[in-house]
Amino acid sequence: MLWACILLPQLALDSVLRRLPDPEKPLALVTGPAHLRSLYAVNASAAEAGLSPGMRLSAAHALLADVATVEHDAQAEARWHRFLAAWAYRHSSLVSAQWPGCVVLEARASFQLLGPWPRFEARLREELTALGFAHRIALAPTPRAARVLAGLRDGMAVTSAPAMQEILAKVPVRRAALPEDSGERLHRMGVRDLRALRALPRDSLRRRFGLNMLAHVDRLYGEADDPLDYYAPPDHFDSRVELGYEVEHHPPLLFPLRRLINDLCTYLSIRDGGVQRFVLRLEHEENTHTDVEVGLLAAEREPAMLFELTRNRLERVSIPKPVVAMRLLARELPPFVPASRDLFDTRAQQTLPWPQLRERLRARLGDEAVYRVAPAGDPRPERAWRRDDGRPAIAPVLPPRPAWLLPHPVPLRGHGLRIVSGPERLESGWWDGEDARRDYYVLETAQGQRAWAFAPPGEQDGWMLHGWFA
Amino acid sequence: MGAVVALQTLLAAQTLWRAGRTAALAAEGESTGHAPLDALLPQGGWPRRALTELLLPADGVGELELLFPTLARMTQAGGTVVVVAPPYIPYAPAWQAAGVELAHLEIVEAQPRDALWAFEQCLRSGTCAAVLGWPQKAEAQSLRRLQVAADSGDCLGFAFRDRKHLANPSPAALRLEQADGAWHVRKCRGGQLPSRNFALATH
Repeated sequence: MLWACILLPQLALDSVLRRLPDPEKPLALVTGPAHLRSLYAVNASAAEAGLSPGMRLSAAHALLADVATVEHDAQAEARWHRFLAAWAYRHSSLVSAQWPGCVVLEARASFQLLGPWPRFEARLREELTALGFAHRIALAPTPRAARVLAGLRDGMAVTSAPAMQEILAKVPVRRAALPEDSGERLHRMGVRDLRALRALPRDSLRRRFGLNMLAHVDRLYGEADDPLDYYAPPDHFDSRVELGYEVEHHPPLLFPLRRLINDLCTYLSIRDGGVQRFVLRLEHEENTHTDVEVGLLAAEREPAMLFELTRNRLERVSIPKPVVAMRLLARELPPFVPASRDLFDTRAQQTLPWPQLRERLRARLGDEAVYRVAPAGDPRPERAWRRDDGRPAIAPVLPPRPAWLLPHPVPLRGHGLRIVSGPERLESGWWDGEDARRDYYVLETAQGQRAWAFAPPGEQDGWMLHGWFA
Repeated sequence: MGAVVALQTLLAAQTLWRAGRTAALAAEGESTGHAPLDALLPQGGWPRRALTELLLPADGVGELELLFPTLARMTQAGGTVVVVAPPYIPYAPAWQAAGVELAHLEIVEAQPRDALWAFEQCLRSGTCAAVLGWPQKAEAQSLRRLQVAADSGDCLGFAFRDRKHLANPSPAALRLEQADGAWHVRKCRGGQLPSRNFALATH
């Protein structure tokens, strides 16, 4: 295995600089409690004026009055670290971000895909520069050696173990990334480089510096296994777009929405998953937000369709307060099973599959608007059908029933009613309080309609219309 | 007399239109399932890729019974039939008894202002075998949209409307009117109006 280490010497600073319009102006990240502000990192032009990390803020202001200061955000730094690990994951399947300020990735397996190391390295540098992160890259047979070499000289590439040992032998102990302050202590004891360190008896080293340091050196040389915490892509999608201005109407939200949906679909296609339920969160000032929930009946990952659905849902939501940011959260990402289709399907062109059409209708008309019907076992006509919910349908044999059923019986008036057939007595429901005792008749009206109406038992008057034989 | 052409050659070239013969269109229709009605219609059934307008004096005069054989055949073959904003509840026991496969019957509930939109979406999608709708207040322009949608979606559209709309022109390919217990063909594209009418056996 060959490991590439990408060292990010100014990760915190770069993550701030990349969003500033003019990164050349003096800038310092500050940290610490309000009465004891100190500099965390400075950019090149600030360093030129004499500012350096660790300096007190008041001293910095004395040196350079117009230095811009930004509060250092450790969480943001960690987030960008993760982001870069995700970026590295596109180039290798073994990526680790377990050490602060650097990302290591296994490179040899990717040579076949991305070309030999010089081309691979150029590609990494190009992408990192485009992303706006300063970097140092080195290649070595062990991840720890790659990390040490990246700190020593940018662009160093060592591919064989003997060559690596030769170079490591000359590495000063202070630069060997030894745990805690062992490097500094060894240096003061007169142990200058790793060759001298390795010449010392292991037992006494272990007693003085602990097991950690020995393990580190063994792993550095590849003499012991080095289990890393590998990066795994998150199993949910969460992306946020800061709008930078206040939005009170729907149309300006559509462009960022399209970007979010496209990101989601790219993410889904990488995972080979789909999305069935997600939340679009419209964030307002003062930590309040409006949620737009989008639910689908089946997992999908077609960007155009998801965009249209979300847009339909969004447009039905009124925006109570100006929106300052938008966030898309998808927690459940079920596997996506594309509909199978024949190669020679005659209707394939320009057709919209039924699931997509159904989602489009539901998005505009409401979640309950599209349904199937199924017969049910109850003898009462209004309960002899139900919305199909996947339960097996019970279909008792019934006398002729009308094709149209009225939601509620209404009085049937008019002259010239002629009884075609009947009565059919229905008496049921004494157990659930909706007792029904009715005599059903088929009637013909003067207009030629066939009505299904009922009257109280034994009477042929006071007709209540319950359906039409259409 | 040099321009004399033998009648047989002219007929063989098929460049003559002969009154009363519509053989070319005969096989294009979707059978209605009622043999006497098929015989009346110029295409031998419902016109494909087109809107059919059914003009009724009132609800419940056998309009669904007219369609049931077609719907039953389509749903049993796995085609989706969509009922958009029906005026009443499609009563499952009766539809099932008529042979309709309920697993392929989709009901779409919509407010009147959304119903036309939904009707058009379903027609245009190309995924439905037949779409039933009740565009009561639609004007000619909307009906034209529906007709075009049915054409581009390769789908049978059925629009149920009140009989009073008969006086207005319509872009539908076929118009049937129910009057006095029988169905009268009021317009049919690609053929002459038949003089006879068609009555369902049960009505």
